[in-house]
Order: sequence, then C-alpha cells, then structure tokens
Amino acid sequence: MEPDLLVRLILLLPLAGAVFNGVLPLFMPGLRRRETLLGSVGTAVVALPFVLAVYLFVTYGGEPVVTTFFTWMAAGDLSVSFAYRIDELSLLMTLIVTGVGGLIHLYSIGYMHGDPGFWRFFAYLNLFIFMMLNLVLGDNLPVLFLGWEGVGLCSYLLIGFWYTDLKNSAAANKAFIMNRVGDFAFLLAMFILFRELGSLDFDVILSEGPGMSQAAVNWVVLLLFFGATGKSAQIPLYTWLPDAMAGPTPVSALIHAATMVTSGLYLLARLSPLVLSAPGIMALVAVIGATTALVAATIAITQNDIKKVLAYSTVSQLGYMFLASGVGAFFVAIFHVMTHAFFKGCLFLGSGSVIHAMHHVEHEVAHHGKGHLDPQDMRTMGGLKRYMPTTRLTFLLSTLAIAGIPLFSGFFSKDEILFKAFEYGYDGHAYAWFAWGVGVLTAFLTAVYMTRCYVLTFEGRPRWPLAETVHPHESPWMMTVPLWVLGFLSVVGGFLGLPGVIAHGELNWIHHWLAGEHGPVAEAAVHGHVPLALEWGLIGLGALIALVGVGLAWQWYAQHGLAFDARLKERFGRLYRWAAELYHVDDFYRATFVRLVIGGAEKGLAPFDQRVVDGLVNGVARMTRGLGLALRYLQTGLVQAYAVAVVLGVVLIIALMLFGS
Amino acid sequence: MDISWYLALSAVLFTIGVLGVLLRRNAIIILMSVELMLNAVNLTLVAFSQALGDVAGQVLVFFAISVAAAEAAIGLAIVIAIFRGKLTVDVTQINLFKY
Repeated sequence: MEPDLLVRLILLLPLAGAVFNGVLPLFMPGLRRRETLLGSVGTAVVALPFVLAVYLFVTYGGEPVVTTFFTWMAAGDLSVSFAYRIDELSLLMTLIVTGVGGLIHLYSIGYMHGDPGFWRFFAYLNLFIFMMLNLVLGDNLPVLFLGWEGVGLCSYLLIGFWYTDLKNSAAANKAFIMNRVGDFAFLLAMFILFRELGSLDFDVILSEGPGMSQAAVNWVVLLLFFGATGKSAQIPLYTWLPDAMAGPTPVSALIHAATMVTSGLYLLARLSPLVLSAPGIMALVAVIGATTALVAATIAITQNDIKKVLAYSTVSQLGYMFLASGVGAFFVAIFHVMTHAFFKGCLFLGSGSVIHAMHHVEHEVAHHGKGHLDPQDMRTMGGLKRYMPTTRLTFLLSTLAIAGIPLFSGFFSKDEILFKAFEYGYDGHAYAWFAWGVGVLTAFLTAVYMTRCYVLTFEGRPRWPLAETVHPHESPWMMTVPLWVLGFLSVVGGFLGLPGVIAHGELNWIHHWLAGEHGPVAEAAVHGHVPLALEWGLIGLGALIALVGVGLAWQWYAQHGLAFDARLKERFGRLYRWAAELYHVDDFYRATFVRLVIGGAEKGLAPFDQRVVDGLVNGVARMTRGLGLALRYLQTGLVQAYAVAVVLGVVLIIALMLFGS
Repeated sequence: MDISWYLALSAVLFTIGVLGVLLRRNAIIILMSVELMLNAVNLTLVAFSQALGDVAGQVLVFFAISVAAAEAAIGLAIVIAIFRGKLTVDVTQINLFKY
C-alpha cells in the first residue's frame, strides 16, 4: 500500500470519528443513548490507525516519507503546507498515541457507561487523537503548532467535561491559561526562526538552524523550552497538571500522562540538533527538569487523593525526561516517554477502576445513611486487593515498573537517564552532576510514594464505613483488558532499550532506531567514557535504590498504615507541611499574577468598559434618539406641507440639472 | 405650428395645477388640480409624438388617461369617506398622520 494513502487514513479516521460522535448526535438525539455504537466507532477509528501505523512501522525503509496535502499559508516568502512526515521518531510517537489511545478508548466505554455526555466524551477523545497526530506527524512547525493548540483545546474541553461543577471549569481554565503563557514563547520562537531562516520546515531548520548566530539559537531554544514547560508541566508552569485531574480518569491517563504532556519532549527531540547547539540552555533544561522531578516527588508523598499522587508523579517523571534532554540524551527521553506511557497509563486506568468501584461504595454508604466519602481519597480505601484482583495486580506491576525495580520497564529507562547524566558529568559538564544527584534522590522518593500509594489502596484492612457489608466490585472487561495489556507492556517494554553494558549497547534497539546513523534524533557527543565497572556499579546503585525504597515504604505503610504519615509529619515537621501545602507556589501565583490580573481588570478595565465603551455605544443610541425627536416635528400630517416639500425638491433637482456643471 | 407653443401652454397648465394643489384647501379642487397637471403632461406627450412622428407618446396618453380616471374614482371615494367622518373636506383640518 502507498504510504501516502496510509498517512491520510491515519490522520482522517480519528477526525471522521470525532464528526460521527460529536456532530451527528447533535441533530439526532436518539443516537446519544446508543453507547455501544458510539463507543465502538470511537474506538475503531483509533485502533485502525494503530494497525496502519504498525504496517508502516514494519515496512519502514529508512527514508523519511513526506506527504503534502495542500498549501496552507502562502504569504510573501512564507509558504506553509499541510505536510506530514513519517520517520523513526514520528512513527514511534504515532504508535504510542494510537496504541495507548486505542486502549484508553476501549476502557472509556466501560468507565463512561451511563454518563449523559457519553457521545461528547468520545467526540473530544477522537478529536484529541487527531490533533495529537498532527502534532507528532507534522513536517513543519506551524502544523505541529496546530496540533499543539488542538490538544490544548481538547485538554481544556475534557478537564472541564463535567462542567456543571464550577471547580472543574476553573481547573480547565487554569490549564488553558497557563498553557497559553508557554505557547506565547513558542510563537516567538517561530517568529525568530522565520526571520533568520525564512522557512519553518523541519528540513530547513535542522540543516541551517545551527548555523544561525549563537544569540539567535539561544533565544529560539530558550523560548521553545519555555513553551515546552507549559505543555509538559515543568517549573514554573506545572501547577495546572494536578488540577487537571478534575477531568474523567481516562483523560488523565491519555492526555495528562501518556500523550499531550510529552509533546514538549517530542519538540525538543525533533529539534535536537538545534538544542545541542545551545549548551547554555541545555544546562537550564537539565536543572529545571531535575528540580521539577524532586519538587513534584516530595509533594506526591504528602497527597491523599489517589489521582493527585499520580499527577505529581507524572510531573516528576516529566522532569526526568527533561533532565535527559538537558544532558543531550534525547532518545532516552523518548524511551522514558514510551515506558511512562505504559506504566503511568496503567496506573491511571487502575486508579480509575478503583474510583469506579469506590463510587459504588459511596452510593451504598450514603444509602445506609452513613454520610459521604470521597471515592478518590486513599484514606477511605485499603484492602481492595480482595475485591479487585485484576486491578490490584496490574497496579502492582506498574508500581514496580515506575519505582524502577530491575527488569521492569521503568528500571531501564530511568537508569539510562541517570547513567546519561552521570556520563555527561564525567565528561566535564558540572551541571550534570547536580542533575544526577537530584535524579538519584528522586528515584528513591518515587519508589517510596508509589509504594505508599499502592499499599494504602490495596493492602491492609478496608477503611470505609460499613466495610463488613459493603463491598466494591471488579470492573467490566472493557476496563480490565486495557489494564492487562498496559500492565504487560510496563513489565516488558524496557527490553527495547537494554543498557550499554550489555553487548556494548548493540541490543539497545531504541537507540539504533532513533539516534542511529540516519535517525532523526541527535545526541550529545561524549568523549570521556565511563569505565565498564563503574557502569555496572551505577546500574547496581539504581536497582538498590529502587529495592530499598519499595522495601522500606512497604514495611512502613503495611505496618503502620496511615499512622506513618503522621509520623512523617512529626519527623519532618515544617518540610512536610511545606510540601503538603505545595510549597505555596499556587498561593504565590494567586497572590501575584491572578490578583494582579483580576485587580487590574476590576480597577482599570471595568471602568473603561463602563465609561468609555458603554459610553460610546449609548452615546450613539442617544444621539439617534435626539435627532429623531427633533425631526419628528416635520411630520405635520398636512398633505400640502408635504406637497410643498416635493415641489421644492423637484425645483432644486431641475435647477441642479440646468445650472449645476 | 412650432412645438414651443404647445409646450408653453402645457407649462402654464401644469403650473396652475401645482399652485392649485399647494394653495387650495378644498380636497376636491386639489384633485381637479392634479387632473390638470396630468393633462398638461398629456399635452406635451401628444405634442412630442406629433413632432417626432412617433406614435408611442399617444399610446402613453391613453394609459395616463385611464390611470387618471381610476385615480379620480379612488380619490373621490377617499374624500367622501373622510367627509363622513369629519364633515369637512378642508385639508388643513385633516392631519391624521401627525407625529
């Protein structure tokens, strides 16, 4: 089959699905209740592109395939086409987006069952997949930016999906507005690139971009990175992601863990030769990534909402990926994007399954008049492993994967990141030592908070009221099948990137695929090679940290349960409280930017609107009215008066015809 | 005979008609003045038709006469209807469309 046609199908199928699910039910209300039909169509239009992408992947010949639909903008020197590009990087991302996306669509059929907005939900999800494919397949920055904004829009729509609750709408607004801040920087970067190079195609940017003046390269990379911090939730623009958990859980899994939030990494990897020519900015990327990883991990330990733990964990893992980009190991960042999509997708879906079951418990408890409980609060869970064996097992597997237990997927990708940081430091880049140290500390924290999350949820005794009589149930097959698949992948996914100590890195498939001779992803050149024994030692250290972290946390929380949190609080007093209060970053933003904007709007813009704008509009109306009041006296009702006017008019016209020019 | 005589007569008739409409108060006289204006125009039509050797002007006169007849009938009906209501045909007393 022609790759051209396949690319078109991959792109247009999700769009067609969005139209089917979103537009048809608008006019045919009867269709809205046909959940099976809507759900299967919605899932099929994502699963089918996955199959096509697999076919493209298998038959890929090593030469990038560029498909041009039509010219989008042509103005002066600027010419932008709707052009799409199939190469190693975009293929891998497409597989992740459609593969994980398809599973989450299937899961959503079960999770969203009975929701009156079922059709709307699938329309948004399909549209999101379409936009995400634009983002990863685009052959130039504007198409990428179109996808970038499109996924932002879908994220907004889905976070605020249950819009009748004002809190959800506020979270959606927050995500949208914070992302706009980053997008502004992205736009500026594009303007600079166009001014310097006269084109926004990746081919031109990658071949001529590094030849720009150092100042221009620095500015472009800095601004692109700032754009990426918005989408990928890094300091200083990370606070929207935890709030984004207001959306339905499949959304958290798909958009806010597996796909959209990794687009910042994709952007850096796509433009990696350009990024490598701005070493100063790379140091900033690494430091910000490492700091974000640590800050988010410490907050995650203090959270009690199961989805908030996972959200901060996502921020932390994204920090890891930026850390990898900052030391020039872009392919490792993408490797971690992939394994993270597996295990974090599985964790989020698992938490969704738990919440689904706890909703049932909540209803039962409320029915017996024992008050309300929060179905997302881990303090009311515990002991769920008896009732939800599948959810528990897959959750455990992906917890071990993210904690970095050896041979699980997270172990390989995380260790590779730490090793690359170490290697870069060894090569003489001082900032990489900082990144490595923080990375190791964060690895330990990750193991601790994820084990805490698992143990508090599934082990020990049930803590909800009426635990003897009210029991949660395992979720239907639509929800457990994706859990199994993702759980399996999060166990074995790491073997795609075996570390360099094994067969001199010959078996590191992902490195060959992305950063091979013709691969699209560049990497930093390293001169001082780390001795083999030290390499093994680092792997051992990584394994040890994970094992110790999981082991200790398991002991703590299995033995003491919630009481251990209190003990932590006592021990770390101020630090713990500080982390639990999110380091007051949100408060800081509220006190400065939010108050500044709202205060400015109230003091400056509101009077302007009331006086000047309203004054102008009302003034025009008042003037018209006054004129009418004055002129109405001409309406005497006397026929002869009108006749005089007509005659005078005729005389005037004749006079003009006779004497006027 | 020179066409200007006819045109001059027509102008005089038309002016009398205009003055009649503007100055008289009796609605019926006003209607008669309107007829006068129409016929002044008819006169020019006939005069030009003769001078140019084109019969179209005379055909138009027939149209004008028949339309004027219909208009006179309707005009009179309106005047009578108003008279029934107000017992006057003085147009200065009739200002139903006043603001």
